Amino acid sequence: MNRYVGAEVLRSEDPRLLTGHGRYIDDIVLPDMVHAVFVRAEYAHARVTAIDAAEARTLPGVHAVLTLAELGEPYAEKLMVQPYPSPAFAQDIRSYPLAKDEVCYVGEPIAVVVADTRHIAEDAADLVEVHYEELPAIVDCRQALEADAPTAHLDTPDNLAGSLAVGFGDVEEAFENAPHVFAEEFLQHRGGAHSMECRGVIARDQPHDEGLTIYSSTQAPYLVRATVARYLEDDESRVRVIAPDVGGGFGPKAGVYPEEIVIPLAARILKRPVKWVEDRREHFIATNQQGDQLWSLEVAAEDDGTIRGVRGHVISDTGAYTSYGLVLAITSLFPLPGPYAIAALDVKLDVVFTNTPTKSPVRGAGRPDAAYAMERMIERVARELELDPAELRARNFVPSDQFPYQPGHKTAQGSPVTYDSGDFHGCLDKVKEIADYDNFKSRQAAARLDGRYLGIGVSAYIEDTGMGPYEGATVRVQPSGKVQIQAGTASQGQGHATVFAQVVADQLGVGIDDVVYQSADTAMFPLGVGTVASRTVVAASTAIFNAADEVRQKAVALAADLLEAAEADLELADGTVFVKGSPTASVGLGELARQLTPFNTQAVPEGFTPGLEATSYNVTKGPPTASGSHIAELEVDIDTGAVTLLKYSVAHDCGRMLNPQLVEGQVLGGVVHGLGNALYERMYYDEVGQPQSTNYGEYFLPLAAEMPPIEIVHLETLSPLNPLGVKGAGEGGTIPAANAVIAAIENALAPFGIVVNDYPVDPQRICELLDQASVPSPAGDPG
Amino acid sequence: MPDTRNITLTVNGEPMAAQVETRVHLADFLRQDARLTGTHLGCEHGVCGSCTVIVDGEAVRSCLMLAVQADGKSVTTIEGLADEDGMHPVQRAFQDNHGLQCGFCTPGMVMTLTAYLGENGEPDDRDIREAISGNMCRCTGYQGIVAAGLQAAEELRGGI
Amino acid sequence: MKPAPFTYHDPTTVSELVSLLGSLEDARLLAGGQSLMAMLNLRLAQPEHLVDLNTVAGMDGIEASATGLRVGSMVRQATLLKNAGPNTGIPVVGEALRWVGHFQTRTRGTIGGSLSHLDPAAELPAVSLLHDAELTVEGPQGVRRVPMREWPRGYMTPNVGEHEVLTSIEFRYWDEPHGYAFEEFARRHGDFALVAVGALLAVSDGVITRAAVAIAGATPTPARLDEAEKALVGQAARPDTFRSAANIVRQREAMSDAYTDARYRQRLAGVLTERVLMKAASRAAETEEDR
Repeated sequence: MNRYVGAEVLRSEDPRLLTGHGRYIDDIVLPDMVHAVFVRAEYAHARVTAIDAAEARTLPGVHAVLTLAELGEPYAEKLMVQPYPSPAFAQDIRSYPLAKDEVCYVGEPIAVVVADTRHIAEDAADLVEVHYEELPAIVDCRQALEADAPTAHLDTPDNLAGSLAVGFGDVEEAFENAPHVFAEEFLQHRGGAHSMECRGVIARDQPHDEGLTIYSSTQAPYLVRATVARYLEDDESRVRVIAPDVGGGFGPKAGVYPEEIVIPLAARILKRPVKWVEDRREHFIATNQQGDQLWSLEVAAEDDGTIRGVRGHVISDTGAYTSYGLVLAITSLFPLPGPYAIAALDVKLDVVFTNTPTKSPVRGAGRPDAAYAMERMIERVARELELDPAELRARNFVPSDQFPYQPGHKTAQGSPVTYDSGDFHGCLDKVKEIADYDNFKSRQAAARLDGRYLGIGVSAYIEDTGMGPYEGATVRVQPSGKVQIQAGTASQGQGHATVFAQVVADQLGVGIDDVVYQSADTAMFPLGVGTVASRTVVAASTAIFNAADEVRQKAVALAADLLEAAEADLELADGTVFVKGSPTASVGLGELARQLTPFNTQAVPEGFTPGLEATSYNVTKGPPTASGSHIAELEVDIDTGAVTLLKYSVAHDCGRMLNPQLVEGQVLGGVVHGLGNALYERMYYDEVGQPQSTNYGEYFLPLAAEMPPIEIVHLETLSPLNPLGVKGAGEGGTIPAANAVIAAIENALAPFGIVVNDYPVDPQRICELLDQASVPSPAGDPG
Repeated sequence: MPDTRNITLTVNGEPMAAQVETRVHLADFLRQDARLTGTHLGCEHGVCGSCTVIVDGEAVRSCLMLAVQADGKSVTTIEGLADEDGMHPVQRAFQDNHGLQCGFCTPGMVMTLTAYLGENGEPDDRDIREAISGNMCRCTGYQGIVAAGLQAAEELRGGI
Repeated sequence: MKPAPFTYHDPTTVSELVSLLGSLEDARLLAGGQSLMAMLNLRLAQPEHLVDLNTVAGMDGIEASATGLRVGSMVRQATLLKNAGPNTGIPVVGEALRWVGHFQTRTRGTIGGSLSHLDPAAELPAVSLLHDAELTVEGPQGVRRVPMREWPRGYMTPNVGEHEVLTSIEFRYWDEPHGYAFEEFARRHGDFALVAVGALLAVSDGVITRAAVAIAGATPTPARLDEAEKALVGQAARPDTFRSAANIVRQREAMSDAYTDARYRQRLAGVLTERVLMKAASRAAETEEDR
C-alpha cells in the first residue's frame, strides 16, 4: 500500500526551479504595470511635520507620490488590523499603513512613489523631502520599563505592550525546601528571517470585473485576504490573494504588512497594476524579525540534579508595534519546561515596545528562546553539581511510558498542554551514539595536551507542531485519470506538492507523476490558515488523506456497480479499480470520473453525486509533539577566540516521516540557522536606534565553509492525533541549536571557568571572557 | 534624457541586440530585457550570490556588472544549461540530493558550481564548501548542495 | 536598490582615458566593480560620470623582468593568482589572494581596483607593501611613480589625483632566498579581514638577514611594521624572536568600530604576526635546504 509515503521521492517542484522557470513575485509582469518604492523613516522616533513631494512628482515617469492623506477616506484615519487579539495586551499599538504624524522605527513607511520603472521610482523617492522633529528613542528593551525611559510612542504611559505568565505546581514549596537554588540571567538575540527572496506585492484592481487581485510573497494568503478585505471594506469574494513561488518565509512573511494595504490602494487609485519588491536593505529594517529577550531565571534542584522548579521573569522586545500580536512572546513562554518533568514552574513575561522594527517569530518561533532558557538552567545545575549534562537531562526527562504527558499548564487558548508521544531518552541515547559522546572526554584530554580546546554541548527540546485551527483540501480525479489536489496551504520550499502527492498517490493507487498539487490561491480553494510553526504537513495531511479516502470509497462504490463485483473484492492500482485476482475486470479512475461528470444527454449514475472528488477539512487535534536531542562538538582557539564547529549530531523525532529526504532537508536547514543564531546573527543599532548592520557585509548569515558535517538519526514515535501519525518537522533543527553550541564553548573553556550565556557570541567576546578570567594572553598582552 | 547605449551580446547561445540604459545592471537586463527571470536578485550588493551567471566562461555576480559591460560577450544563465537531452549534470545532481527547497538561491548555486567544476574536476567536500562560500542559502543548510556538487563532479569526470 | 543616473564613458586607450579624466568633474572609475557597483546599487556613491576602465586596452598586461613583476592595474585577481604561485617571485601575493573575496569576485575584481579603493582590510595593498611595489599613475600632467609606502594618504584615500588613474604596479622581487606567509582572521571564509598580516623573511645560517612585515585591518591604512622588522633583523630565527616582534606589533594602536574594538584588533595583530613569522621562517628553512 505504501509505495510513496515513507520513501525518498524526488521533488516534482525541482525541474522547473532548477531550469530557471520558477515564478517568484518579481518574475511576474502584468500588462500596464508600474513600480512602487517606499519612502521610509530615517529616524527611529520622530514627529513627521511635513512631507514635500512636489519635486518628486514632476520627475518624468512618475505617476504618483502618495502619503497617508492621499490614500483617501477612511484609510487616512484607519489603523492596521490586529490579526491576533489577546486579553494579555496592556497596549496594542499598530501603525497606519503609511505614517501619520509620528514614526517609530527607522524604515517605517511614510510615502509610496509609483513610476514607470523601479529606477525612476527610486530617483523620485530621493527627491521626497520629509521634515522630522526628532524625539527620544528607546532602543534597549532592558531599559524600556524603567521609570525615566523614553516611550516608544508619544502620548503613551509607558512601554508595556502586554504581560503573560505560565506556571503550574507549588513554586514556593519547590524553592523553599530545595538544597540548591541557582540564578541565571542571559540575553538572547535572534535576528531576521533573511529568506533569500525578500517580500513583494503586486496588486491589480478590476472593479468592473474580478475585483482586487493581490500577488504577495506571503506564507499566509488567506490571512492577507481576510485582513486586506476587512481593512479596505471590500467583500472577501472580491479580493483574491495568490502566493506565487515564494523564496523562503521563515515566519516574517506570515504577517500582514502596510505594503499589502498600500499597494492595492495605489493600484485602485491609479487604475493600473502596481508592483513593489522589497530590497535587501528594506528587509533588514522593515520586515518583522526577532530581537532581544532578557531572561532572569532561578532553578531549584535536589542534590542529584532532579529539578524541583523553575521561576523567573522575561523581558521580550516587540519593537515598535504589536502588529503580530503577542505571538512571539507566547511561543517563547509556553514551550517551557520543555522535555523535562518538573514539579513547579512560574515564569512571567513582559512584552515591551522599543523604537526598532516590529518583532515577530523567526524559524523556530520563540521555541528556541524557551528551549535555550531551560537548557541554560540545566547547564547551570550540571556545572554546579558536577554532573554530566547528558545524564542530568536523562534524569529529568519525561519517561517514555508517561505519554500523553501533561506538564501542568494550559495553552493560551485554555486547554492543558499535552505532549502526545515521544521518546526523549531514546533520542538522547541515539544522538550520544552518533556523536561518540562517551569517548569525548579522552578526545578532549588528548587535544589539551596539544594546547587545543575541544568542547561538547548537549541540547534537548520539544516542539508543539501542527497547530490549529484547521486546514482543508479537495481531491479530485479528472477524466484523464490524473488527480488534482487543491488545498488552502502555501509553500515556501518545503516540498508540499511532492509530499501531499505521495499521500494521495498511495491512497488512490496512481503514479506520483499523475498527481498535481495546487495551493496558495484563495480563488482555488475557499479556506485556509497559513504555513507557520511546523504545522502544514500535520494539519493538511489529515485533510488530504481523508479527502482521498472519500474519493477512494466513491470510486470503489461506482466500480462495484459497473463491474458487478463486491466492494470488498476491489483494489486500486495503476490508476484503475480492479477485481482482486482478475486484473482485466477493471475500470480506470478517469473513466469513473467521466461517468460522474456527465453532460446534457447523459445522467449521473443512480445513487451517486457528481464528480469523483471530495473535500475535507481537518480541525486539528493536538498539537503533536516533536522532540529531539542535539550534540555539538567544536574547538575554541584561545588566542583568537575563533570557534570551529567540528561535528553536529541530531536525533530527531517528527513521528512518521512522509518523505525522509525532505525531513532531512528541513532539519539540516534548521540546524544551520540555529548555528547562525549562536555565532553570527545580530542586528546592531546605535544609541538613537539607527540600524547599523543593514547589509550582508555587516550582518553575517551562516555560510557553507564554516558549517560542520551534520549527522541525523531519526526516531518515529507516531502521533496518535492524526491518521498518518505525523508531526511537524520544519523547525526542530533550529530549536535547540543555540545551547548545543554555547554549552560546547563553555565545555571547551571549562578549565577557565568561563560562562557565555548570552548569544550570539563572537570571537571578540570569547577573548573578553578569557581576559576577564585572567587567562594568560598570547603574544604579549599590552596589559 | 536617460543615458543609453546599444549593445549586442550572446545570451544562452542566441544573439541579442538591445538598447539599454547605462545604469541598468546585467541581472536586471537579463530578467527584463531578455525575459530570463531565472537569475535572481537576493541582495544587490554582491554578497548573496543568487545573481551568479557565467560570462565568457567565468562565474560573475551579475548585479555587480553593468549590462553595457556585457557588450560583445557571451552570457549563460540557468535557462541555458539544460539541453534537448535533459538537465545538466549539476541540475540533476541538485534534484537527486535535495539541494534545493525554495529554489531562490538555486540558479546562482548551480551556475557557481558549473563554473567551478569546469576548473576543478576533482573537488572534495572542503573544496565544494569553499566554492559556494560566496553563495547564501537559508533553506537547505548546504549539505545537500555539497552532495550535489560532489555527485556532479563525479558524473562530469565520467564516473557515473 | 538601483544606481542613480550617470553618464557612462568607455575609453579604449590610456591616452583617451587620461584626456577624458582631465575633462570630467565628479567622475568615478569602474574597474572590477566588486566594490563600486555595490556602492552604486546602494546609492552610497552617485557620481555624475562613470568611466569604464574595462574597455581600455593595455592595462591588463603582466610582464616579468629580472627585478620584478609588472602588473597592469586592470589585471583580474584570478589572473594574478595564477601568476603568483609558490614557484614565482611573489608567492605571498598568491597566498593573500586566496583570502580575497570569492572565486566569483576574483574573476572581475582587479588589483588596481583593490589598491585604489584602499579598504583598510584589503589584502593586496598589504602584500604590495611587502614587495616595495612601485605604482605608476597617469594623468593630464603626465606619469608619476609612487612607492607603495607613499600610496595610502589616509583612510581609503590613495595618492592619486582626481584626474589621475593607476595604470600599473610593479612588485619588486627579493634577490635573496626567503620564506613568506600571509594569514588573515575573518569571521567567515572570504569575508573582510578583521586583521591580516603578511611577512617575507630571509634567513641565513639561522639568522634573519632581511624582514618585511605588513598589516591590514588594524588601522585606517595598511602599514609596514618597521619597528617589528628592526627587531627581527640580526636576530636568530627562533620562536622567542618572533614572540618579541609580535609583542611590538601588539602595542601598536588599532582602530575601533561598532563591531570590533581596538583591544581585540591588537590581540589579533600580535597572534597573526607570530604565526606568520613562524611560517615564513619555516619556509625560509625549506628554501635553504633546497639550495
